[in-house]
Amino acid sequence: MKPVLIAAAVLLALGPFALTSQSLVNIAMLTVVSAFLGQCWNIAGGFGGLTSFGHTIFFGTGAYAAAIMQTRWGLNPWLALPAALVLGAVVGAAIGAASFRAGLRGSYFALVTLAFAEVFRVLSNSLDFTRGGLGINIPLGMGAANFQFADRRATYAVALVLLVLATSAAAWLKRARFGAQLVALRENEDAAAALGIDLVRTKTAALALSGGLTALGGVLYAQTYLYVDPSISFGVERSVEMLLVAMIGGAGSVWGPILGAIVLHIIADVSRAWIATPGFAPMLYGVVLLVIIGVLPRGIIGVWERWRA
Amino acid sequence: MVEIYAAALINGLLIGGVYALVALGLTLIYGVLHIVNFAHGSLLMVGMFAAWLMAEKLGVHPYAALPVVALGMFALGWLLYRLVIGRVSRGEDRAILLATLGVAVVLDNLFLTLFGGDTRQIESDLTFAVIELGPLLLSVPKVIAFAVSLLLAGALWGFMALTDTGRAIRAVAKEPEGARLMGIRPERIFALAYGIGIGCLGAAACLLLPSFFVSPHVGSVFVLVAFTIVVLGGMGSFPGAVVGGLLIGVTESMGGLWLGESLGPIGISLVFIAVLLFRPTGLFGAAR
Repeated sequence: MKPVLIAAAVLLALGPFALTSQSLVNIAMLTVVSAFLGQCWNIAGGFGGLTSFGHTIFFGTGAYAAAIMQTRWGLNPWLALPAALVLGAVVGAAIGAASFRAGLRGSYFALVTLAFAEVFRVLSNSLDFTRGGLGINIPLGMGAANFQFADRRATYAVALVLLVLATSAAAWLKRARFGAQLVALRENEDAAAALGIDLVRTKTAALALSGGLTALGGVLYAQTYLYVDPSISFGVERSVEMLLVAMIGGAGSVWGPILGAIVLHIIADVSRAWIATPGFAPMLYGVVLLVIIGVLPRGIIGVWERWRA
Repeated sequence: MVEIYAAALINGLLIGGVYALVALGLTLIYGVLHIVNFAHGSLLMVGMFAAWLMAEKLGVHPYAALPVVALGMFALGWLLYRLVIGRVSRGEDRAILLATLGVAVVLDNLFLTLFGGDTRQIESDLTFAVIELGPLLLSVPKVIAFAVSLLLAGALWGFMALTDTGRAIRAVAKEPEGARLMGIRPERIFALAYGIGIGCLGAAACLLLPSFFVSPHVGSVFVLVAFTIVVLGGMGSFPGAVVGGLLIGVTESMGGLWLGESLGPIGISLVFIAVLLFRPTGLFGAAR
């Protein structure tokens, strides 16, 4: 990537700190969170070709971890970050090991993740431990020590750190042996296995990495809105949004999800000014997805890559 | 106590009949096109809205509207395959899955934009009508839905087994290249099979409406149920879809009885995961 582009990206990322309008910062924050979650999906779904329809499992695991650690055990919410990272990775490894050992791939893997997300939703909706359908309110206590920020710019800063973290992971995959193994098995499982790549272990590790990172986004959500419930945490909409961001920007590329998030949020904000009915913007996302699959299978970033080549 | 279980069992079987019809469409599409039609639930929602609109605006009872809605849904499915899914997917597994997901996202949100998120129901004399069978009370619309669903399933089986078109569809499902050499155009058959699969949803929608609510989100309620039935019965298997439909109907109503309202729905997801992990060929599927 050219230095000019890197400079532009840094400027774009730091720009919101100069904004005084909280609502504009909020838009920037939501865009960065979308980019982060899309990047997390991309690590498994883009690089590894593991088309997950249930990635919100990890998001919800992180969100509930933050809420439960504070309200039940009185722990500092910053501790939720490492806890969520570990929990998300464990859940990812468990689902991955079960699914990949059974040989599920492609559409079957997509469906089984959807079903796992539904199991998590139903469980969180009926167990006392998660306070069922009532959800969990996190008591207000503004302050950096308590991971609650009155200024959206601070939330934005945390989101940006997460995005840099996930994007570094994606950039690492692009160069590392592990990433090359993932791409190899995405392109041709049998050939990759013949080269001695352990399919189950590699795919499980990718899902664990992706799951651990995704769970961090759940913690940030819980600390921003101070409320979690079963459908926020485990509803299918968030899984689909993560997939859309990555697919539209360009799955399997380092910068694709960031581009995808920017495009989706521009669509959302422009269309909301035009027709404010709920459902209109997500409908356009679906149309964009169909166009991308039909015309630009490598996503928007594919245009740039083709032009450069 | 026995009556409660008997009632739950019979209720499960009755709803399972309609599930079977929904799943038949899905298993037909899988069996012929080898695609996982993620838009299945959303298209059922479209059919239910069509039936609801006919009842509400034109005063046509859903049962009377059934042929029209089924034909209309057949046409919609045929067009959808010709114009969107067949074109966009280029025959790649992942592209097809994402294309059907895209269609589901568009349809769900289109109806949310047009009709809002409220749930709607039709009022008819039949809605609360019951038949007394000893100590059991059977809901009349559910009995009718069950009977008509199984009748239609039988008719579809007959169509596939006995007509030339049915034979052509089965030929393409088994051996698309061989069928092409016999003068069958697989692309036409794909669109036809997709249309028939979606037409089943139109019929199921009309049968469900008198006893079920409709909202733009209703598709996601059915999509997992339909896939569970299809993998349980064996992807592509007709008898599997019928038996699977009945089993899942019973699982759902027994789950509700044993585990309660909020935990009950977990039964279907668990069955689904267990089948995929431990017996991916399902009950009636051939080994892959």
